[in-house]
Amino acid sequence: MTAPAAAYGKALDLITRVRSVRGAMLVSAEDGIVVAEQLMEGIKGPAVSALAASLAARLQRAMEAAGVGASLFWHLQAEQGALLVVPTSGGTLVVAVAEPDVNVGLVRLELLRAAEVVG
Amino acid sequence: MTTRAVETWTLEPLVKFVKEAGARLVLVMTSAGQVLAQHGFSRAVDVMSAAALGAAIMASTDEMARQLRQPPFAALNHQGERHGIFLAGLATGRGRLVALVVYDLDVSSLGLVQLFFEQLATDLQAASPKESVPKQVLAADFERQLSDSLNTLFGR
Repeated sequence: MTAPAAAYGKALDLITRVRSVRGAMLVSAEDGIVVAEQLMEGIKGPAVSALAASLAARLQRAMEAAGVGASLFWHLQAEQGALLVVPTSGGTLVVAVAEPDVNVGLVRLELLRAAEVVG
Repeated sequence: MTTRAVETWTLEPLVKFVKEAGARLVLVMTSAGQVLAQHGFSRAVDVMSAAALGAAIMASTDEMARQLRQPPFAALNHQGERHGIFLAGLATGRGRLVALVVYDLDVSSLGLVQLFFEQLATDLQAASPKESVPKQVLAADFERQLSDSLNTLFGR
């Protein structure tokens, strides 16, 4: 069973409380649309969501082709920040946008917790 | 897959959109269903049907919005098992145009189409001829103009 919409905001709130996290989103993996978001100004939510979902679909195929099963967590490190994603069993992606110095382990933990709430 | 345009200023923005959004079929047309550019169609009859149906859907939703005393709906999306259809209006120097986009769900998504449609609308707005007055199509010329347009759209 999935959580009520009110719980989504709380789940995102716990992610954005981690130091150096600039925003968090719940994204529909199938259509790349934002379900819920808490983003700092300057982050283009719809663009991140559409492109992250597209990437997730391609990664999924790569994982299947490699015979390693479904992806559980991915972390893309860039020069000026990072994108961290946990797919949920219900077809939602929990996405965090962070500064380069973020504590990846802590964000991962919060993303996994949020994924459990979202279902 | 080929992209062709009756009005050449539409070509570059459309080619860019198709590449970025991963669209399978695209029509850019006037609100009346006159096609300015197309991507992916292989038969003239399909273009004519899709343009007529797309224009009719836009006209229906515009009227629904009018009856609700709302501005016209920005876009309409219909998602099937394997394909999605995205239909939206955009403003250009050539007047209000309509884009009909068909995308495969395993190649693209509504989010991607929406994202790059915004760019398409901006690019078409910038590329469109300024202060152009749409030509009146007389009934007597209609068939010849339609035939010329379809010949251009299919490279004949």
